[in-house]
Amino acid sequence: MCLGIPGKVIEIEKDVAKVDVGGLLRDVSLDLCPDVSVGEYVLIHTGFAIQKVDEEEAKETLELLRQLAETM
Amino acid sequence: MKFIDEFRDKEIAEGLIQRIRNNSSRPIQLMEVCGTHTVSIFRYGIRGLLPDHIRLLSGPGCPVCVTPNEDIDLAIALSRQKDVIIATFGDMMKVPGSTSSLQKEKAEGRDIRIIYSSLEALKIAKENPGRRVVFLAIGFETTSPTIAVAILRAKNENLHNLFFLNSQKRVPPALLALLQTKRIKIDGLILPGHVSTIIGTIPYQFIAREFGRPAVITGFEPLDILQGIWMLVKQIEENRATIEVQYRRVVHEEGNPIALSKIGEVFEKDESRWRGLGLIPDTGYRFKESYKEMDVRNFEVDVEPSREHPECVCGEVLQGIKTPLECRLFKRVCHPENPIGPCMVSIEGTCHTYFKFS
Repeated sequence: MCLGIPGKVIEIEKDVAKVDVGGLLRDVSLDLCPDVSVGEYVLIHTGFAIQKVDEEEAKETLELLRQLAETM
Repeated sequence: MKFIDEFRDKEIAEGLIQRIRNNSSRPIQLMEVCGTHTVSIFRYGIRGLLPDHIRLLSGPGCPVCVTPNEDIDLAIALSRQKDVIIATFGDMMKVPGSTSSLQKEKAEGRDIRIIYSSLEALKIAKENPGRRVVFLAIGFETTSPTIAVAILRAKNENLHNLFFLNSQKRVPPALLALLQTKRIKIDGLILPGHVSTIIGTIPYQFIAREFGRPAVITGFEPLDILQGIWMLVKQIEENRATIEVQYRRVVHEEGNPIALSKIGEVFEKDESRWRGLGLIPDTGYRFKESYKEMDVRNFEVDVEPSREHPECVCGEVLQGIKTPLECRLFKRVCHPENPIGPCMVSIEGTCHTYFKFS
């Protein structure tokens, strides 16, 4: 039930964003995560954006994972 | 970057598994608290990839599964009242109460509607001013702020026909109770990524401080989970115990302060009854005084005495004490088409996951 899916913000109108989730557009409430811009990714749970997805952190995690895997 | 496929890379996964194998020297039991983790672990066959001496246990992290029978029975009793519309997440439909389920009641003609978001309950209430709409407020801290938003909006819009059957649960104090019982050896915890998106890292500090156990807040893709396990193994091998974050792309120390303030506006913490774990202090929420009129527990309604199937071991499965394979009902009588206990109903229930993937 705590499922969360990342999606890309395409359009914002007041407190609702149109978010692209795997090619499907969904209306997502920004009540809990108002500080987002078009082009950013948000984590969606039951129709609400609950957090911005930090691309820099994601890249760092992936880089660390590659290093961990390669140095074996 | 799509934040999904990148975290499913096979070569990196193989390297991580090798690293876990090479660095883990002692038998350990790690508990994944969250049902969404359990599903990912089975879907990607992660248990089979780990060395035999690393055992993964499934914990109590499925909100539907830990909802006590009394609350299901109350929802069923409410659905039988003529002016009531029940609005619920789909997962709750098949959960067996003492003698019925919402699905059976719907087949009998009760007005029970499956919704995807708490805001849909608001919409139903507006469209049906002459009827009482009851939203089944089930969920952990991931869902609680979304419920709080619906309550705040209902209040602001002077909507007087929307009510909430509040059965929300809070994860950290439940982990405290689980660690205090000492019924099961847990060497490290894989903590729920999305609950932590809301609450941050601070509420978990007691796990390391008071129990000397490491814990890692972990994401849900296979590389996330493997890295989380690797981080736990590393802490255990180095005799360290701290709360670390693997899922850094969405989890911050402070959580989501806006979401936490919405919860704090509407609710205060309270004891709550968990299936299998009983009544646990601070693991639930009650309405603050100004929102009490939306609490469905104020309704006068006859609810049948609650009872559970005597042979269902859901309660012990939720604590990691038994696996579904140790239940006499599993697969023989209890299966997704005829669930006896809630752990077989929810798609994130441990029994359902075992049934689907083993």
